[in-house]
Amino acid sequence: MKILIRNGRVIDPASGRDETADVTIASGRIVGIGSGADFEADRTIDATGLVVAPGLVDLAARLREPGQEHEGMLESELAAAAAGGVTSLVCLPDTDPVLDEPGLVEMLKFRARKLSRCRLFPLGALTRKLEGAVLTEMAELTEAGCVGFSQVDVPVADTQVMLRALQYASTFGYSVWLRPQDAWLGKGVAAQGAVATRLGLSGVPVAAETIALMTIFELVRATKARVHLCRLSSAAGVALLRAAKAEGLPVTADVSINSLHLTDVDIGYFDPAMRLTPPLRQGADRDALRAALADGTIDALVSDHNPVDEDAKNLPFGEAEPGATGLELLLSLALRWGTDAGLTLAQALARVTHEPVRVLGDAVGSLASSAGRLVEGGVADVCIFDPAAEWKVTPDALASQGKHTPFGFGSTGMALPGRVRATLVAGTVAYEAA
Amino acid sequence: MLSRRNPQLNANGELIHLLSIEGLPRAVLHQILDTAGTFLSVNDRDVKKVPLLRGKSVFNLFFENSTRTRTTFEIAAKRLSADVINLDINKSSTAKGESLLDTIANLSAMHADMFVVRHSESGAPYLIAQHCAPHVHVVNAGDGRHAHPTQGLLDMYTIRHFKKDFTQLTVAIVGDIVHSRVARSDIHALGILGVPEIRAVGPRTLVPGDLAAMGVRVCHDMAEGIRGADVIIMLRLQNERMSGAMLPSAGEFFKQYGLTPEKLALAKPDCIVMHPGPINRGVEIESSVADGSHSVILPQVTFGIAVRMAVMSTIAGNQA
Repeated sequence: MKILIRNGRVIDPASGRDETADVTIASGRIVGIGSGADFEADRTIDATGLVVAPGLVDLAARLREPGQEHEGMLESELAAAAAGGVTSLVCLPDTDPVLDEPGLVEMLKFRARKLSRCRLFPLGALTRKLEGAVLTEMAELTEAGCVGFSQVDVPVADTQVMLRALQYASTFGYSVWLRPQDAWLGKGVAAQGAVATRLGLSGVPVAAETIALMTIFELVRATKARVHLCRLSSAAGVALLRAAKAEGLPVTADVSINSLHLTDVDIGYFDPAMRLTPPLRQGADRDALRAALADGTIDALVSDHNPVDEDAKNLPFGEAEPGATGLELLLSLALRWGTDAGLTLAQALARVTHEPVRVLGDAVGSLASSAGRLVEGGVADVCIFDPAAEWKVTPDALASQGKHTPFGFGSTGMALPGRVRATLVAGTVAYEAA
Repeated sequence: MLSRRNPQLNANGELIHLLSIEGLPRAVLHQILDTAGTFLSVNDRDVKKVPLLRGKSVFNLFFENSTRTRTTFEIAAKRLSADVINLDINKSSTAKGESLLDTIANLSAMHADMFVVRHSESGAPYLIAQHCAPHVHVVNAGDGRHAHPTQGLLDMYTIRHFKKDFTQLTVAIVGDIVHSRVARSDIHALGILGVPEIRAVGPRTLVPGDLAAMGVRVCHDMAEGIRGADVIIMLRLQNERMSGAMLPSAGEFFKQYGLTPEKLALAKPDCIVMHPGPINRGVEIESSVADGSHSVILPQVTFGIAVRMAVMSTIAGNQA
């Protein structure tokens, strides 16, 4: 299938390209960027007035398969990815069973390939059953397709195990993905502060994040392990990360769309949509996260997509399951942040395209050179969107099985900027707006 | 993000549920206290009934056990001539796996007019108020650590009864404030009614510095906390806090923060001593103080029924 994307505003954040051009695609690869006048296309997509950007790369999405199909399924969630312009995503191992065996990873990759909606990069569990005691077979899991190893939201309380996990992973150059959270101080349902105190919600202090970060950095110094820090939530955490990067430690980090745009005040009258992990913190934290994402201290913006069903969400705040749908909101919330921060479109898109690919590094093999980019000869993973269009986030407007989001029009009364018109994965149309 | 209307008020600003005292207008509080005053006389009559809720069904939904509070709500509802149904949810539906909202939907289908809700999770009555039929009123009878608004109102009734004017008072709340829904409701109410000095007294494990954002002066020293006070509200220390990482022992707590005649001498001579009950004698308060001339603990209980009658009749009279 030969595709011509005609007359769009082609933005490639990695090279800084931002110009009106045609993009020609054949055999799943980009043939040329420039004039497509001589190209004999099977299909022409008119992108006049639209942005043609690399497909988005999301470093954190739960698809809820295997085991939690009542909350989300590959089919619905990969459809959501495509509708959100996401062409590659990293999925998390806290499924049921946990992704700690190669067979499970192979099955997941096989099922995703059959759907051909989005490239899937699973993280394997760092320890068996995520119990924090026994290491998983990391080499086997890597062979099966894992791009790194994670504990997701289950902190390893035993620092001896943590040290060994980092030593072992670093032996083979595997990266370890950790959400910095102290096992004990992390217990709580909201961020510690005036809002949690007033509402009578148990609070998670900032120290839950900073203590974990200091431990991780010390272990990175000792092991030289490559660590990606997931979902930073505090200004103090950002300061520690900035110092660690200045020191030259091999660490990268991401922040969720939720922590980037919301604070604990948004909990309002115990809105379970605001029950998130990590918990929403204060305005100063949000401002620090936004600044760190803008200056590159934080490398990537992630959806932290986590579909939660009605029964698990419609509960008193503390009992509600944490999480929100996000794959379809990632682009819009990146654009909104970029506008607020005074960035160009290319700068804003960088945090959801080639910067996350840089975080993944060699783990994605040959894709490392062209995923998250628009380059001649590279893979044709493309997101075509209308930057001027606004849309209202309503349950009906979402392809994801998860309908809960803090950004729902019903609660915010605000429309979001940027609407995906088409998504191409390896030169095949994975999504097209009606 | 857009902030929604306070869910306990209708479009006219009238009270349709009582979920929290936070954010209520001063006039609404005074109106409830005035109404409670008129009901006090009902309690002294031979026939202790008024027909304000005749034909209405009040469901006591106690997801957390409390015989005392449930009983006072039951008495209040019956004196308003309502039909009262007590449901001990712990032992019935949730044990069978029914969700909170399914339980509410089922009870709504039985034509309930009012739910009196106690729940161990902060905010649970908000969820119920948002999901029940529009004609149903919800009274929060205590949710987690968040609020116990009828207790707060009866405390205000008690203070107004003995002190008349709120705007000259110093009120000290002593003990386990971080876990106390009573303390939070009292703090909001005292602030709304114009009390210039509200003190929160206790060790740092039980009185976090964040409380200052609620308009209180945080005191970790008992003498400083109760010196010159017009009102002292002692909180119950829950058994599970008496030893562990919050406090080393009940004995040490009593030594530092327990109210004794010696400590009480630091307060104003006409100081009143309150307690939401049940009391732990010798843990937060010495018996001679609990039973002494400054104590108004039993009047609190009497006022509590009148205040709950006032709350129920007020919200039942306002429509969503």
